[in-house]
Amino acid sequence: MSVDTKQVRHIAKLARIAMSDEEVEAMVPELNNILSWVEQLGEVNTDGVEPLTAVIDNKLRLREDKVTDGDCRDDILANAPGAQHGFFAVPKVIE
Amino acid sequence: MTDLTTLTIAGLRDGIARRDFTAREVAEAYNIAVAAARMLNAYTVETPEDALAAADAADAGQATGSLAGIPLGIKDLFATSGVETTAGSRILTGFKPRYESTVTANLRRAGAGMLGKLNMDEFAMGSSNETSAYGPVISPWKRNDGGNAALTPGGSSGGSAAAVAARIAPGVTGTDTGGSIRQPAAFTGICGIKPTYGRCSRWGIVSFASSLDQAGPMARDVRDCAILLEAMAGFDPKDSTSLDLPVPQWEAHLSSDLKGKRVGIPREYRIDSVPAEINALWDQGIQWLRDAGAEPVEISLPHTKYALPTYYIIAPAEASSNLARYDGVRYGLREEGVKTLDDMYAATRAAGFGAEVKRRIMIGTYVLSAGFYDAYFTKAQRVRSLIKQDFARAFEACDLILTPTAPSAAFGIGETTDPLAMYLNDVFAVPASLAGLPAMSVPGGLDGQGLPLGLHIIGRELDEQTVLNAGLAIEERAGFAARPEKWW
Repeated sequence: MSVDTKQVRHIAKLARIAMSDEEVEAMVPELNNILSWVEQLGEVNTDGVEPLTAVIDNKLRLREDKVTDGDCRDDILANAPGAQHGFFAVPKVIE
Repeated sequence: MTDLTTLTIAGLRDGIARRDFTAREVAEAYNIAVAAARMLNAYTVETPEDALAAADAADAGQATGSLAGIPLGIKDLFATSGVETTAGSRILTGFKPRYESTVTANLRRAGAGMLGKLNMDEFAMGSSNETSAYGPVISPWKRNDGGNAALTPGGSSGGSAAAVAARIAPGVTGTDTGGSIRQPAAFTGICGIKPTYGRCSRWGIVSFASSLDQAGPMARDVRDCAILLEAMAGFDPKDSTSLDLPVPQWEAHLSSDLKGKRVGIPREYRIDSVPAEINALWDQGIQWLRDAGAEPVEISLPHTKYALPTYYIIAPAEASSNLARYDGVRYGLREEGVKTLDDMYAATRAAGFGAEVKRRIMIGTYVLSAGFYDAYFTKAQRVRSLIKQDFARAFEACDLILTPTAPSAAFGIGETTDPLAMYLNDVFAVPASLAGLPAMSVPGGLDGQGLPLGLHIIGRELDEQTVLNAGLAIEERAGFAARPEKWW
């Protein structure tokens, strides 16, 4: 499988990365080089092999059912590029 | 008086305890050394006051932990409260966490101070430190060819490695997703260990690929790695993959007697394109472990050649998901001057991420996208199972595995421009990462250019002790004492 400029534009949109036409053109061969290299995995017979989900056996723990976070609004907002009235501020979403 | 920067952490600890010198004298010596080595570009932030405060607490008897008064360098991937934490990325410019990572909090509880934050490849994606938004770290090492080429210290923990090698930190934290502790350790002639996945909490470490990321120490010798790892490791309820197990006393149980141990030598790691010097050092390493009482056995890890392509599906996939959080809303950079929220996200990420990070996000987004998920991501997770099974089978016949750490010595800055060629740096390191196993690099010798080469030890899961012990056996026999000549 390989990608063309149309697909690269689509992936960039999904990834929310703005790209100029020149950047898209340059990205096409770069991605195709990597994709054609990883495609050697097709040689490996994985019939009946379960995908690995946990690299070291570990049970997901349940914690006590009580509030353990919160009450730190100012800490959370401290690094925001825009914060107003105790909220994150973003460019206008609705006209 | 001895130059305090020549001592190991064990030496500093014992010297402070015997009152041969004070912790303050140690911190002052290091603060001076750090300030004098700025041309290496190893530190992105210097925190001399932090190192002095920890030293004073130790001298006043208020800190009594295993690292009381020892100043350390901290990779800039660890969140440090009130101190800029950028992961080597422009997108986190100015980010000052209001919290401390569990690993650095553990080090502080043990009494350690911080000399500063260490430069690294952006979001730990790189093998040469050249992807850092702060510019590359320059290795203290030079080739012996009379030239003056600037060499890379490796990556992604390149600032960490350079700091230890240049003696501007007695020990440092690193992180390893696919070799990022071990390859730079090999390139700079120091020791570094990646413990079993889950030993060190990932909480407060900027995420790259969560199923692979693991913190570990880098230091001058094996004993110092054991001391640091004991302080860094431990169960943390804030990390769902943290292992709820006691931390072994690795330092107390160090022993270079390997009687009864079988060392696996994987035949698939013998690659013709690797320089003969590296394979010769590997043979020498086998002999050293034999001298220490171990019995070499040939083993097979049949899926080795598929480890790198597997990694370059799984790690970018996880990264594309983890890095979705950099949206210009909650922290770091925001590009202004665009009309809509969507445009703000896209412009911020275009301006904030470097080329390698974008490339990996794009690959990751593609392999996770509708229609391609099974062909790439699920397939890679199946091959990852086979790689893990390879190790499980091999460890029926052996107790540890010895390989070279990296397929070359340090290369020059700007010499490797093809992404795929760069990825090949981790050909020996990545399989152990995919299997979550403890693995360590120790210096073995110098190559013909006068540059360090490392030997790589892989252990069974949770068996850091055997890894450290084999490292010690190599260290005692290699007698590696070479140091870069001070030019900075």
